[in-house]
Amino acid sequence: MATDGNWLFYGWMTLLTAIALVGANAWAVQVRDGMIVTNMSDHVSWGLYIANFTFAVGLAAGGVMMVIPAYLYDDEEMHELVIIGEAVAVAAILMSTLSVVVDLGRPDRFWHLIPGIGKFNWPMSMLTWDILVLNGYLLINLHIVGYLLYMRYLGRKPNPKWYVPFVFLSIIWAISIHTVTAFLYCGLGGRPFWNTALLAPRFLASAFVSGPAFILLVLRVLRTTTDWEWSPRPARTLIQIIRVAMSVNLLMLFSELFTLFYTGSGHAASAKYLFFGSHGATGLVPWIWTAIALNLVGTWLFFLPHALERGSVRVAACLMCIIGIWIEKGMGLVVPGFIPSTLHEIVEYTPSSTEWKATAGIWAFSLLVLTVLIKLIAAVHSRQLHPRSLSETSA
Amino acid sequence: MSNGSAFPSLPILDQEPTGRRGFLKACGATLGLAAWATAMQPLVEWSQELSVDEFLQKHYRELKPAEKQAVFRRLEEDCKKDHGVDVTISDPQAIPGVQFAYALNLSVCIGCRKCAEACHIENNHDRATNNSYIRVFEMEMGGIDFEKGDATYDHPVPQPGKFYMPVQCQQCENPPCVSACPIEATWQEEDGIVVVDYNWCIGCRYCEAACPYHARRFNWEAPQIPAEEINPDQGYLSNRIRPQGVMEKCTFCLHRTREGKMPACLEACPTGARVFGNILDPNSEIRWVVENKRTFVLKEELGTKPRFYYFFDE
Ligand code: SF4
Ligand code: SF4
Repeated sequence: MATDGNWLFYGWMTLLTAIALVGANAWAVQVRDGMIVTNMSDHVSWGLYIANFTFAVGLAAGGVMMVIPAYLYDDEEMHELVIIGEAVAVAAILMSTLSVVVDLGRPDRFWHLIPGIGKFNWPMSMLTWDILVLNGYLLINLHIVGYLLYMRYLGRKPNPKWYVPFVFLSIIWAISIHTVTAFLYCGLGGRPFWNTALLAPRFLASAFVSGPAFILLVLRVLRTTTDWEWSPRPARTLIQIIRVAMSVNLLMLFSELFTLFYTGSGHAASAKYLFFGSHGATGLVPWIWTAIALNLVGTWLFFLPHALERGSVRVAACLMCIIGIWIEKGMGLVVPGFIPSTLHEIVEYTPSSTEWKATAGIWAFSLLVLTVLIKLIAAVHSRQLHPRSLSETSA
Repeated sequence: MSNGSAFPSLPILDQEPTGRRGFLKACGATLGLAAWATAMQPLVEWSQELSVDEFLQKHYRELKPAEKQAVFRRLEEDCKKDHGVDVTISDPQAIPGVQFAYALNLSVCIGCRKCAEACHIENNHDRATNNSYIRVFEMEMGGIDFEKGDATYDHPVPQPGKFYMPVQCQQCENPPCVSACPIEATWQEEDGIVVVDYNWCIGCRYCEAACPYHARRFNWEAPQIPAEEINPDQGYLSNRIRPQGVMEKCTFCLHRTREGKMPACLEACPTGARVFGNILDPNSEIRWVVENKRTFVLKEELGTKPRFYYFFDE
């Protein structure tokens, strides 16, 4: 049963719960005492929270990467695993929503955002678009996961009419969530670092890496902790996707940097600060070079033949690319947009302990939800959980 | 979110808790709930300060006249309670046929920061942070290059080889901050002034990211001002004491200027560098400056159309 499990499972859940509680407490203190407990300022007015939000949206979009080969190329085995990708997407949307909530100065006024009751500045504000597409995406994925799971639970074959159209919708929608999130930034004329047409494509390319990489890790955990078996083929397809997407991502990054640095215009000020520091301020330099190193080594590992086998090379490659992209999309993209400020002042930013705790709490809570979802899916899949199992236990 | 052993509550997994396992689960659930309550305790403390009226208050532009009055009286009472000061909250409306504009003569500005200080006092800014809507940049002669500018100078002024450039909200005709806001908590009034409803803003700070002139300020904590220093003449949309966690910005002192007075920063300027008025009035000084001086605006290429002009004497 999903609730049963070995001590490892309980230990994992307890750990996540503990971290989530620490995060919840940090957030509660922040609401009471004000956002002064973060290290954000009027100069760097978004920090770790929005960084994590951006990454989470990418992860959610990447969740459907499994869906594309499964349906567009009709890969039968992928069909079995699609539900895992959708579950990752659900947890990632949850993570992105929570990351925004903790960033609000007045969470008590959250209802102002509800269309109809509050005052929804649509279609002018890009943020309202983002809220719409993220919620839509959540609903679509919940529907697909819920429907497939329920049918399996009943032991019936899912009716394609009830989910295939939604699967195609979710593919288009996945692209929209990350595109709109990129528009949040690149639509701001006053922030030259973000104001580039390449931002949305770069977001998508990196999502096509972080999403599949994360799913590969989930599959690994599933395979070692349950008796669910499948051939190495689906994972190999994912690795092919990662190889292409990461190469495109690095190419676009390179082309962006070339334009910035070769022309050497004022637009390069943030990039210069990010990569080399400026006026003695070097706060982000270690971050970005760590990200670049992780991304390069991770990509190299993915290109090794070993990556196609189930082994530690693959796990290492996944971890490196996930962390590399988390930094690149967060501390390497959101924060330097504010440094130097619009009036060219250099004020640096490092997350405060409150911000770290709240962010860790959000991760822990989202992983907790994901674990429950996956555990449920695995139980239904292995037919440990079916209508008769209930009457058996209660009998 | 409360605890790791909450799974028994999943409906399809229901089992009779039996024996040791059931007991352990019950213990876990209790412990989890207790931990959750402790973690959230600060939130409870904070919510006790919130009133239901405040929570349910509608958007400024949807309040009927009577509702507005009730809100203003409530805010006055709150101020009395929190700070022990009698204040009046007014709500002067935009005057038809008036479009405010500002101009600043860079040839005479000496960088004394008297304007920034006047703003600090007039607008009930937090004392500890020395907040002000105006930042004065010490710039190098020879160009207008903010990269060589310095807003944190701390020496006698004016310095040789330098000129001084105060920057505040440009009251853009095409304000990116307004389109950014997801809930219309900030908007442009008929006379061109961009305002914030401090009781509607959710504090997402998207407008602050969108503003190209570093004109917006966030209340990272509740502003602290000694009672005797509080300016009691307050406007709902301008200088009333802001709550924690919301955005604020320069309003061209609308509580003064809509009543025919000059902005506090202009009155404080010892050199007469500042010119303010109704740009639609052909006889106004501001109109004369804009028509006869070679003025420029900041970051013209962004298309924000500032109503704040800079100029030099010939
Ligand atoms: S200067 Fe900034 S805050 Fe003021 S109107 Fe323009 S964009 Fe908005
Ligand atoms: S901080 Fe307030 S005024 Fe600014 S965009 Fe967010 S809700 Fe609107």
